[in-house]
Amino acid sequence: MATSDIAVQNQGAAQASGTKKVVNDLSIQVATVNGSGSQSANSVLLRTIFKMGVPVSGKNLFPSNIAGLPTWYTIRASKDGYVARKKEIDFLIAMNPETAREDVLSLAPGAAVLYDEPLKLNELRSDLTFYAAPYDKLVAAVCPEAKLRKLVKNMIYVGVAAQLLGLDVQMAEQALRKQFKKKQKAADLNMAAVKAGYEYAAASLPKADPFYIQPSNQTQGKIIIDGNAAAALGCMFAGVTVVTWYPITPSSSLVEQLIDYLKQFRIGPDGKASFAVVQAEDELAAVGMVLGAGWAGARSMTSTSGPGISLMSEFAGFGYYAEIPGVIFDIQRVGPSTGLPTRTSQGDILSVATLSHGDTKQMMLFPSSVHECFTLAMDAFNLAEQFQTPVFVMSDLDLGMNNWMSEPFKYPEAPMNRGKVLSKQELDKLGSFARYKDVDGDGVGYRTLPGTEHPAAAYFTRGSGHNERAQYSERPDDYQNNLDRLNRKFETARSVAPKPVKEVDLAAEVGIIAFGSSHWAIVESLDQMRKECSLAADYLRLRAYPFHHEVREFITRHERVYVVEQNRDGQMLSLLKLDLPPAEVSKLRSVRHYNGLPIDGRSVSDEIISQEGK
Amino acid sequence: MATTTAPPPKTNRIGLNLLDYKGGRTTLCAGCGHNVISERIIDAMYEMGVQPERVLKMSGIGCSSKTPAYFMSRAHSFNSVHGRMPSVTTGAVLANHNMLALGISGDGDTASIGIGQFIHLMRRNLPVIYVIEDNGVYGLTKGQFSATADAGSRLKTGVINDLPALDTCALAIQAGATFVARSFSGDKRQLTAMLKAAIAHRGTVMLDIISPCVTFNDHEGSTKSYQYVKEHDDPLQEINFVPHFENITVEYDPGTTVDVAMHDGSRLRLRKLHENYDPTDRLAAMHALLESHAKGEVLTGIFYIDTNKPNFIELLNLSDQPLATLPENIVRPSHKVLDEVMEELR
Repeated sequence: MATSDIAVQNQGAAQASGTKKVVNDLSIQVATVNGSGSQSANSVLLRTIFKMGVPVSGKNLFPSNIAGLPTWYTIRASKDGYVARKKEIDFLIAMNPETAREDVLSLAPGAAVLYDEPLKLNELRSDLTFYAAPYDKLVAAVCPEAKLRKLVKNMIYVGVAAQLLGLDVQMAEQALRKQFKKKQKAADLNMAAVKAGYEYAAASLPKADPFYIQPSNQTQGKIIIDGNAAAALGCMFAGVTVVTWYPITPSSSLVEQLIDYLKQFRIGPDGKASFAVVQAEDELAAVGMVLGAGWAGARSMTSTSGPGISLMSEFAGFGYYAEIPGVIFDIQRVGPSTGLPTRTSQGDILSVATLSHGDTKQMMLFPSSVHECFTLAMDAFNLAEQFQTPVFVMSDLDLGMNNWMSEPFKYPEAPMNRGKVLSKQELDKLGSFARYKDVDGDGVGYRTLPGTEHPAAAYFTRGSGHNERAQYSERPDDYQNNLDRLNRKFETARSVAPKPVKEVDLAAEVGIIAFGSSHWAIVESLDQMRKECSLAADYLRLRAYPFHHEVREFITRHERVYVVEQNRDGQMLSLLKLDLPPAEVSKLRSVRHYNGLPIDGRSVSDEIISQEGK
Repeated sequence: MATTTAPPPKTNRIGLNLLDYKGGRTTLCAGCGHNVISERIIDAMYEMGVQPERVLKMSGIGCSSKTPAYFMSRAHSFNSVHGRMPSVTTGAVLANHNMLALGISGDGDTASIGIGQFIHLMRRNLPVIYVIEDNGVYGLTKGQFSATADAGSRLKTGVINDLPALDTCALAIQAGATFVARSFSGDKRQLTAMLKAAIAHRGTVMLDIISPCVTFNDHEGSTKSYQYVKEHDDPLQEINFVPHFENITVEYDPGTTVDVAMHDGSRLRLRKLHENYDPTDRLAAMHALLESHAKGEVLTGIFYIDTNKPNFIELLNLSDQPLATLPENIVRPSHKVLDEVMEELR
């Protein structure tokens, strides 16, 4: 499989001469086999560059398989701070004999290849720089235990690459020791392998490619984390108490990380847990538990991906109609059906927006960074309780499972918003209450929690037709009034949910609307379009559905608006169309990326430039 | 001189009278077994002195699942989606384990669409009273067979059921429930005693209550009709429940009676009607169920009880205060914790 999109690869060709030094601007691809233990080695490479102060991102392109199939890990270092996927590969570390040939053939001229000597890849092309390393020989010398060699071998390429690219070996050692934490012996063994590779390259591989990493100061104070771990932290600081899940790629690591955090930080002095985690029998049960817990007053959540979302559909409608809080993370992967379980997508937008039968509208949040995975997780719990409805956090595999740099997360200053909940004392004053009555005109009724010791506290929650007093009703006016109130509630949410961010707003003719992990490609694409064809564009980043009024205003102010997203059908564009008058709809253009690989700036630029006729 | 003041209204041990346990008017058919079960629930809750506000009434979809509207209006109720009462109840109980959860389901809601969630709830030994109001047919959709209908049973239309019945009690025992029993809506004494014991249990109680459907399954040829169940009811024991707050000491003969100590200090006295039946022996329970089924009998009674197995709340080591009401300073870790985590990620 070509993972570097050779068809559009001509940007890298300029560097073929090898004369001009390319500093802090390259992408490294490690082609390996999953289950071979290369993840630690790749992480050490990534963190070494990070520690050297160079902006970096890592993307794991892995198969839906446990061991033995091809995997690619891409590390991008960018002095400009670009962290989106880069199409071109500059430095290939070819460890997988099965894909080595195709991996090499798909490179642009001028790229460098580090390969295992017996593969003889240098015979394939004459327009690349090749470096051969005798891995087996090098690893045998530092690792007496034969069965460990397969794992330790990966650290040899870290050492060789470190020498060739100019990485600081002391920083590599820090990164490696952090990786192995308390496993001193393993750390020593692996460090010996790094050194062996480093020394071998110094002695035998003269530098012949233009790519260098040099120390910088652009990562000071920053952290590296994946989106799922960031979301897990957000959930813990949001005060989640009931967590349910059913394992599914790429969402499992969110709950697994959350379990680790909760065990570490949420056990009381009496040794008892302020949380419950249940691995449910399926996603139907997972979301059913979330609603049961949310109804009874807990902050509850589950995390899943597309197939789980499909299964949750009936309960999602129940949550909307019976008005029960709950937070559902959708770490989107490629569908339909099983699709590509280990590839990324923004393909659940439209189905989640209207998830379930009947007139249903669901609230969605769109984190675009690990930082927002943290903050929007907290917002999601507040919104769910404030609006008494399920809230879907639409992350994706690229954001959730890959490592991203970020500013450190800030502690939430605002107290939790637990929504309109009547206490016993308030009931004493009121005498009674009607669960679904729009007392405040915002569409949100008051609820009571089970266990409230007042004879008038109880009400009957049901998914069947009900009136303001939560009594069963089939009356046409009761039904219609209720649905209209639910719409009013959704309208209220427009101005309360996280506002869109005007990333660029310079009164340009052209606007771009994007969301989620596409953000980083847009950032890069804006620069490309400006530099390459003086095409200036404004950029609005969506953060929530229902759409804030500013979204419509942004479209009104622009002649043409490109909606960029990672799905085939322009799902967000369709959703925007539902909200807009025809004059605004006609301004919308679509840019879609849906091959399973994270969206990149180049693809966005090419498409917009072409549609603009530039 | 004799006074003529009216006697005070009868109240239970927490000072409530029977009316405090009433619900809305039933909309089920006259004579439906489910209505009788609702009355027995009211009796048991009243007699046990359960605060209505401390009860969660949970249900799925079907005739049976409508009934929480017909008893205990002062208790919060959650009428969920078809076959999913177990998961919703699990969430609610995790959120507030101080509540007494009563789940009402039917044979369609449990044994067909909800069989997966049913089994997994039993496995977890969640503290809940799970009631199946079992009539062998789908009533709301006008009388199709359910999965608890016996093979050979006949519908009014003449259709014969040719698939074997699922025995929800056997499934519950196998899956891990700790109080498994079967009763008949027409047996007031047995059912009330069972429900009272169920209230005292801290674990999953699974009560399969045969509850004839007078409209669709009460005819000749049905094995879930009043007449059939009355004729074939084979009680395993005579059930006596002595609540902890009634200071009664009754002599009993260990040869004829099994005495079970419940969590709250109540005692369950089971006078054996079947020789040597031991309700703490799972194998014996399975054997008895299979044997009675082969004979075409309707075995009723408490088949299995285990008061020692930890329930789900204990397994999860949950804080004593319900999760739902834990204050922010408990559920949101400190600033220092975030700093610590951030430092680790640098």
